[in-house]
Amino acid sequence: MTPSRAAFAAILGKDLRAELRTLQSLPAMAIFAVTTFVIFRFGLDRTQLSGDLASGVLWATLLFAAVLGINRLFVTEREEGGFDAIRLAPIDRSVLFAAKATALVIYLLALELIAVPIFALFFLDSVAALGPLVAVLVLADLGLAATGTLISSMAVNSRARDLLVPLVLLPLVVPLMIAATGATEPLLAAGGPGYERFGTWLMVLGLYDLIFVLLGYAVFDFLLED
Amino acid sequence: MIPTLHNPLQMASTQEIPSPAIVLAGLRRDFGDRAALDGVGLELAAGETLVVLGPNGAGKTTLLRILATLLRPSGGAISVLGCALPREAWKLRGQIGYLGHEPLLYRDLSGRENLRFHARLHGLEGAAAEARIDEVLAAAQMDRRGDDRVVELSAGMRQRLAICRCVLHRPALLLLDEPDSNLDAEGRELARGLIGPDAEATRVVVTHDPDRFLPEADQVLRLGIGERAAVA
Repeated sequence: MTPSRAAFAAILGKDLRAELRTLQSLPAMAIFAVTTFVIFRFGLDRTQLSGDLASGVLWATLLFAAVLGINRLFVTEREEGGFDAIRLAPIDRSVLFAAKATALVIYLLALELIAVPIFALFFLDSVAALGPLVAVLVLADLGLAATGTLISSMAVNSRARDLLVPLVLLPLVVPLMIAATGATEPLLAAGGPGYERFGTWLMVLGLYDLIFVLLGYAVFDFLLED
Repeated sequence: MIPTLHNPLQMASTQEIPSPAIVLAGLRRDFGDRAALDGVGLELAAGETLVVLGPNGAGKTTLLRILATLLRPSGGAISVLGCALPREAWKLRGQIGYLGHEPLLYRDLSGRENLRFHARLHGLEGAAAEARIDEVLAAAQMDRRGDDRVVELSAGMRQRLAICRCVLHRPALLLLDEPDSNLDAEGRELARGLIGPDAEATRVVVTHDPDRFLPEADQVLRLGIGERAAVA
C-alpha cells in the first residue's frame, strides 16, 4: 500500500493546482457571496446589521456560496477518469475523502477571507467580532466540508447533480447552521461582541464535525464501489 | 505468493507472478436483466497474451473492468495474480496497468504533472519517480510535449501519454482496451515497445483489429452477444 500521507498530498496538490489554473470554483463562490451581500444591503435598506439578523445574513450567504463549490468537488474525477485512477491505485480510499474535504475547507477559508471583510464593510460598525468569529468559521467549515464531500461524492454520478446536492445537503446541515448562527449572534450584537452560550455552540459545532468526519471515513469506501 | 510492492521500480517480473496469472470459471456479469457476460472460463499463464474479440456490446470492456477490479462480477470464480476477486481486490491494486477508453488524465494538468500524480498514488516519489517519468515519456517520444497541458494535446498524443501512465509503475498485468486507438503508424510502433509482447507482463488485449493483435496472442477469447464465450 502507498502511504496515506503521500496519496493525500498527491490528491490535494492536484486539486489545488487545477483550481489555481482554471479558477472554476472559488471565483464563482466569491462573486456569489459579494453579490448576495449587495442584494441584502439594498433589499433590507439597512447599512448596519446586528445580532440574529446579521448572523443569518452572513451564514445564509456563506452556505449557498459553499454549495457552488460542493457541486463541483468531484466533477473532474467523474469527467476525467479520476475515480478509476484512484480505485486502481494501492491506496486507502478514505484518503480521497480526506483530501477532498481538506480542499473544500481551503476553498471555504479563501471564500471567507474575501466575503467576511466585505460583510463587515457593508453591515458592521466595528470589526471587534471578527477575531472570535474565526473559531466559528473554522469549525463550521470543517462540518460543511465533511458533509459536502460525502453528498457530492454520492451525487456526482447523477445527471441531476446540481439539484441533488442542495436537496440532500441543506437538511443535513440545519444543525450545523443553527449552531453557527447561535455562536455568531452574540458576537455581532449591537454594542459589541458578547459571549453568551458561545462555548456551548462551539462544542455543538465540534460534535457535528466529529460525527460527519467519522461517518465519511466509515462509508466513503462503499460509495466508490460500482 | 504475491510480490510485495513497496517500490514499483523493482516490481514483479513475470517469474515472480503465480502461474496461471488469470483463472476465470463461469464468470457472469449482469446489468439489470441483461447478462453482459455469461459463463466465461479460461486460464492464462503468466507472461502470456490473451486477445479478446467480439462485436460491440459483447462484454469485452466489462470483462476488462472486472479484471481491473473496477467492476464486481455477478457470479463465477475469478483469480488474478493469485488474488480471488472481488474479495482480495485490495491486494491486486497497484499491480495492474489499465488502458481503457478514457485516458485517465486530468485535462488541466500537464502530461508530466499527471504522471507525477499517478506515480505518487503508486508509491513512487522523488528522483526515482522523475527518472521513471523521463524514461516512459522518452519511450513514447512525448518528452518534448510533456510540459504541455493535456487539453492542448491531440487525441493520439493523449493516447501515448495514457500508455505512459499505464506502464509507469511497471505493472505485472496489462489490461488494454483498444490500445492502438487514435495512434498513427509511428505511435503504434512506439506503443509496441511499451505495452507489446516484450513488456514482461501478462497481457489482456481487447481489440477490433484481429490482424494486428492475433500474431501476438497465446490465447484468443471470442465473446458474442447472448452466446457462451469461446476460447481458442
